[in-house]
Amino acid sequence: MRTRRAARAGQYAALLGYLLFLAFPLLWLLSTALKSPRELGSPHPTWIPRHPTLANVRQAFTEQPLAHAALNSLLVALATAVVAVTLATPMAYVMARHRTRLARAATGWVVVSQAFPFVLVIIPLFLVLKNLRLIDSLTGLVLVYVVWALPFALWTLTGHVRAVPAELEEAAAVDGAGRLRTLVSVTAPLLAPGIAATALFAFVTAWNEFFFALVLLKSPGRQTLPVVLTHFIGAEGVADLGPLAAAAFLATLPSVAVFALVQRRITSGLLAGAVKS
Amino acid sequence: MRTLAKALVLLLLLAGCSAPGHRDGGPITLRFQSLAWQQESVAAVKDLVKEWNATHPDVRVEYVQGSWDSVHDQLLTAFEGGEAPDVVHDASDDLADFAYGGHLADLTGLLPARLKSGIPPSSWRTTTFGHGVYGVPFLQEPRVLIADAARLRAAKVRVPTPERPWSWTEFRQVAKRLSGPGRYGVAWPLKEPVSATLNLSLSAGGGLFHRDADGKVAVRFTAADAVVPRTIHDQVAVDHSAPASTLGSGGSDTLPGLFAGRYAMVPLGFSYRQQIAQQAPKGFRWQVLPAPAGADGLVQGVSPQTLSVAAACPHKKEAVAFVDFLLRPENMVRLALGDWMLPTGTEALKDPALHTRENGWATGTALAARLRPAPAQSVRGYPEWKDKVATPAFQEYYSGAIGLGELRGRLEKDGNLVLARYQR
Repeated sequence: MRTRRAARAGQYAALLGYLLFLAFPLLWLLSTALKSPRELGSPHPTWIPRHPTLANVRQAFTEQPLAHAALNSLLVALATAVVAVTLATPMAYVMARHRTRLARAATGWVVVSQAFPFVLVIIPLFLVLKNLRLIDSLTGLVLVYVVWALPFALWTLTGHVRAVPAELEEAAAVDGAGRLRTLVSVTAPLLAPGIAATALFAFVTAWNEFFFALVLLKSPGRQTLPVVLTHFIGAEGVADLGPLAAAAFLATLPSVAVFALVQRRITSGLLAGAVKS
Repeated sequence: MRTLAKALVLLLLLAGCSAPGHRDGGPITLRFQSLAWQQESVAAVKDLVKEWNATHPDVRVEYVQGSWDSVHDQLLTAFEGGEAPDVVHDASDDLADFAYGGHLADLTGLLPARLKSGIPPSSWRTTTFGHGVYGVPFLQEPRVLIADAARLRAAKVRVPTPERPWSWTEFRQVAKRLSGPGRYGVAWPLKEPVSATLNLSLSAGGGLFHRDADGKVAVRFTAADAVVPRTIHDQVAVDHSAPASTLGSGGSDTLPGLFAGRYAMVPLGFSYRQQIAQQAPKGFRWQVLPAPAGADGLVQGVSPQTLSVAAACPHKKEAVAFVDFLLRPENMVRLALGDWMLPTGTEALKDPALHTRENGWATGTALAARLRPAPAQSVRGYPEWKDKVATPAFQEYYSGAIGLGELRGRLEKDGNLVLARYQR
């Protein structure tokens, strides 16, 4: 009994250590955001600011349009997640359920398309968007992000669809359910965790993306949060550390919030049907 | 499903916007992309744009906030796509490819006489590529030594001035004298070792890049080029008057060590004074000293900040008029003070605000006449040479992994192979 308790305590200690390790960047960012310039230059950095101040947060919001940029980022990230999942789900279903040569070739192409680096595609992409009059437009940016997120979304969702036994759909058909009814009542609930995870991935990717946003958006009113954050960085990487940390910390919060919201659905969905009753 | 579709349409409608572009028949609109980033400099630039717009109703300037981070890639894409800003803020060492690529307007016949004569020829050389002038250099910063005044006084060393600077040999001796257990005479933050080394090497007569009669550039690492690298190497590896730990650091990373008395001096760009003034603990006395002088005196290389006009800009005359307004002597001073840098203009340099001893302004201003174009300024292929050959070679040399012969070999042999590809 004592050994079991000790083992449990060890497990919790290890888990706590791992959590601290994961949370370190965020906690350090918070600590930096609350320090004065003088404390930031101190040779003996401390975890807890000696004289905590919100001056950096105030400066960040006064100097840059952070709230507006955050709204732009939120719109773009939500639209990307919704469009990517809406397009990828039926495509993934077809690719998983109909294993034709075309489906296999499409899967291969999806994998290959992930290999192209940003810099290789940016100029042709820029020209295409220019012809579509979508430069300096959030719609254009959403389009790019959807295209960028789609292969991965398709790939992961195909795996999730494959994990749903086809026998369940056949059983529903035997019970008289039509194709649409089967998809809505049987397949969709089982796919929900996969859809949620994929949407989360698309959201976080779009929320954090910098380079496309930098190149494609020109007007200050349309810039997204990662672009605005770089305005705290000068030539040769010199940074206005306090306001940058304050703004960066605030920028991480929506991702954390969205993850916290979706996480329960992911885990509950993953566990559903794991045990035969 | 219907709700989802509605939400999607709503999101896309909210997200959808279109670019304003130039107005037809109305006033001209110029887009000015500024890279100012510090609170004071952003305010100064925005104020100047506001003043221009108030006095020039026919030529409206739209302020666009750019970013030093990835500015080259961002501009390249915008140029290639024909969507570049009309007036572009950048640095002279980033202009060569844009100028040779035909993306920037040749300002030779467009520059007003006042602006042309107000900036010295050595500064104009930083933006001259071939026979054209592709930008107006307006702000620059020499590399200086930021020193702990108390440590200098305690060690009773001669404090250098622009009139009587230290030689590189004297600098090495002083750094040794300022060192002790756990304390170093100097800390070299050499995260970007190439530009720092090359620019300082001009003082010793180094040039590294030599243009032959046929116009082709070749790397030749002479004895003069070895003076600065050898000094740094020996301070780290032989004298131990400089720590090896800062060789991979940026300038800001060394400041806590300077404030704590761990380092007596740190070679930094002139604009770092702003951070030091902001972060230095109360009672910490710091001093700006000129960088050591070599056979060529206090000469050093710089890559000034520049204002250029896009080749595709349909209103070049108006764009140059705006640049001329921004860079009037009194405005140049405002921009310089905002960025804690030096103006290039000779009239602007006379401003009393730049001659005060406070925060070391006077020392920096006294160095302005000795600033020359950075050696790599107009060398095509320099970015690749720097990233693939020179940066790793200098880093390995400074850390003691390779010797001077190996450094020379790599810079010349591997380096010339890279440059040759750009000069066929």
